[in-house]
Amino acid sequence: MDKETLIAQLKEIIKPYAKNEEALANIDENTDFINDLKINSANLVDVILDVEEKFNIVIDNESMERMLNVKSAIEIIEAKLAQG
Amino acid sequence: MTIQEILEKLPYAHPFLFVDGLDHIDSETVRGHFTFREDMDCYKGHFKGYPVTPGVLLTEVMAQIGLVCLGIYLVKDELPEQGMGFGLTETDISFLLPVFPGEKVTVFSQKVYFRFGKLKCNVSLLNEAGKEVCNGTIAGMIIRK
Repeated sequence: MDKETLIAQLKEIIKPYAKNEEALANIDENTDFINDLKINSANLVDVILDVEEKFNIVIDNESMERMLNVKSAIEIIEAKLAQG
Repeated sequence: MTIQEILEKLPYAHPFLFVDGLDHIDSETVRGHFTFREDMDCYKGHFKGYPVTPGVLLTEVMAQIGLVCLGIYLVKDELPEQGMGFGLTETDISFLLPVFPGEKVTVFSQKVYFRFGKLKCNVSLLNEAGKEVCNGTIAGMIIRK
């Protein structure tokens, strides 16, 4: 799966929780979930659970704590997918 | 963890304790009850001359029994002795019937998930006749001071 596709899929997941629509429209690797998209920390949990469901992966506590922006989310998803 | 231990760990006191007792608890569900006493202050003003239990207090009963009691049970011994709070993060509740002074209500809650410190539940509140008064989803996170 290429990066563009991953970002597009992430965007769909994030959409219901993002409070900043402009930042969502311009989402890229450097977008920060909390500072740019204004997702609150409680909804960040929902984003991560939706990511687990969408990609059929399990995200551990350590990865969850790192998953604060698009770049780290992609790294974590790709690593988990590679593990099979 | 016993029901008595859970009740002792609740971070509330009068006049904002809205749990009288629990009838059942396991890692997925909890059932508890509370009676709205006729002499509660809220009835003096909600409404003027027509006392009805405010929806926010029904929500509070649902949250204290359905979310906080279950949350305490789930984290068990990891709880701090003092300075614990429970941050309500989301509620989505429909109100179907009024609750009048003196009514006993029963709350049933089922866990949707408990992940990364966040607990989300489907919660239902019934009156003594067994009719559903309100239902919905509530979520929160444990806060350490």
